[in-house]
Amino acid sequence: MLDNIIMALQSLRANKMRALLTMLGIIIGIGSVIAIETVGNSLSGSITDSMSGFGASNITVSITEKEDDDANTSQGVRMRLFRPSNPDESDLITDTMLEEFRTAFSDKIKHITISESAGSATYTADSDSATLTVTGINDEYIPAQEVELLYGRVVNNNTDADKKLCMVADTFVSDYMGLSPYNAVGKELSVKISSTPHTFYIVGVYKYEEAESLSAMSGRSVTSMYIPLSTAKTISGANKNYSTVTVMATPETDITKFIDIAEEYFASYYTLNDSWTVEASSMETLISSLTEMLDTVSLAISAIAAISLLVGGIGVMNIMLVSVTERTKEIGTRKALGAPKSTILMQFIIEAVVICLMGGGLGIALGTGLGAIACSVLGYSARADVESIIAVVVISMAIGIFFGYYPANKASKLDPIEALRYE
Amino acid sequence: MNKTDFPFDDFKLKKPIIHMKNIRKSYYIGKPNQLEILHGIDLTVYEGEFVAIVGESGSGKSTLMNIIGALDRPTEGSYILDGVDINKADDIRLSEIRNKKVGFVFQTFNLIGRQSALKNVELPMLYAKVPAKERNERAKQLLEMVNMSDRMHHQPNELSGGQKQRVAIARAMANNPAIILADEPTGALDSATSRTVMDIFHTLNKKHGKTIVLITHSNALASECDRIITLMDGRIINDRKGGGTDA
Repeated sequence: MLDNIIMALQSLRANKMRALLTMLGIIIGIGSVIAIETVGNSLSGSITDSMSGFGASNITVSITEKEDDDANTSQGVRMRLFRPSNPDESDLITDTMLEEFRTAFSDKIKHITISESAGSATYTADSDSATLTVTGINDEYIPAQEVELLYGRVVNNNTDADKKLCMVADTFVSDYMGLSPYNAVGKELSVKISSTPHTFYIVGVYKYEEAESLSAMSGRSVTSMYIPLSTAKTISGANKNYSTVTVMATPETDITKFIDIAEEYFASYYTLNDSWTVEASSMETLISSLTEMLDTVSLAISAIAAISLLVGGIGVMNIMLVSVTERTKEIGTRKALGAPKSTILMQFIIEAVVICLMGGGLGIALGTGLGAIACSVLGYSARADVESIIAVVVISMAIGIFFGYYPANKASKLDPIEALRYE
Repeated sequence: MNKTDFPFDDFKLKKPIIHMKNIRKSYYIGKPNQLEILHGIDLTVYEGEFVAIVGESGSGKSTLMNIIGALDRPTEGSYILDGVDINKADDIRLSEIRNKKVGFVFQTFNLIGRQSALKNVELPMLYAKVPAKERNERAKQLLEMVNMSDRMHHQPNELSGGQKQRVAIARAMANNPAIILADEPTGALDSATSRTVMDIFHTLNKKHGKTIVLITHSNALASECDRIITLMDGRIINDRKGGGTDA
């Protein structure tokens, strides 16, 4: 065995250029798989990290269009065509529903938060402009999201209803308004929301917490401007009531079960509604569907890499066939000296496996390097995927055995007399 | 040296190494056309003999050599090599026979390239699964015997023809085979180096009692052997004692 490996290495050394070119297909194939896996692994790793920061125990309850039973009939299509695509006020989740839901599951619910986006606001300072996400929030939002108030107070939906009051981030205040967070309270803030100018009074300043994935995606931190829910609805022209609420469960609640219970509970309000119902999901389900998506992408790229590996494998087979032909006389001599078929077979298979393993090793090095570069460009910390590295070693060996078998078998079956006579 | 001084003069008392009876070998060239190369060879070679097989090209020399060396099986007839029935051996058994019973020496040396002289000599022992340490020691001894100790770490392309052939002889002796089968061993060598190689064969024969079968078309070389078998058109036409040598 060891002798065979040494012999294979000697023969590779004798034809360095040829061996390298042969390995190239394997190197590229393995390298791309490893690079993709590294990037995918790092991406899903950091997304999972940052998402779980948002709270995996949050359940999002939102209204959704009902799937028609007769969706595929011509009538169903017509019905959908004439149906209003926006829900009516009566289709939305009401305060009554929420109160009843809270009473029914008081032991399981920690908070119910409601946030309504009123679009994004542009704040223009002397030379710079900043974008803010305008979010209308209910009273439970700030404690539920663990937003830390630094100065002033939070917006209150009872006393502040319909008033143009807001909470902004400390970083926004210092970076764009040029004020210390303490001094910002009580100041006016003029912004444009979808080109309409609005003036708000700052009632509170909160501490900005950076979420890795968000900043990485936008490049520049976009902070939120929190305003009373009713104010947000006035600005956006949305209906009263809510299309989406977030339920924060108590830590001891089994989230997966509670999602179903919550969905069933809210759906009971919609049994008579023709077109709308509710759907409940959690961050956890979101993460898993996201990871699933990433897996699909890397699977697709891996499929392309597999083709490259196949081509590489055929290259190995080709070079092994050449090698067998070149070494016909040597094979004849070995047979005359008493090498049985199995030994010759083993010798050439090991040679093919050594080529593939070396290709695999170089591929791992190349792929890890490329993956690390890609990750640093994208701003994620690179995480090597140990599983795929092990898989690669196994795959390279398998390629060597699979594509080396035919030439090796050919060598082992050579007639010693013919082989000895070969020039 | 006088003929009667030969220690193995009376062959019949000796153990037969090669025992062939009515060996025929035919090849099929197209279905109906059968080409018979050997037409019934009866040949017995005893332990310690130095036999030359001579004949023109096309006389069946190579075919006979392939059968003697267990590279090929006869179509008909029986062949017992050192007590082993070749006809009954399968491929695995044949390679084992070649490994343990036959030491090949080729005209073109056939050393394995990119492997040192030492590794080349070790090779048959590797196939015989001799432990590494023992292999190494024996290979060194054998190279010493053919006077190649100083070049044992050289690769074949760093050796002259005569040196290569000496390494090849050491390799043929690796598993202490029953016969050394030499096919035109001096065919690619000049006369001086040929002499050295032939002297090694004589030493192996006389000193170590090795049975040697030499295939050659040179009558001068053949006449050095104890026994000369002449082959023509697939038949033995002459089997006589040779002159031997004064070595």
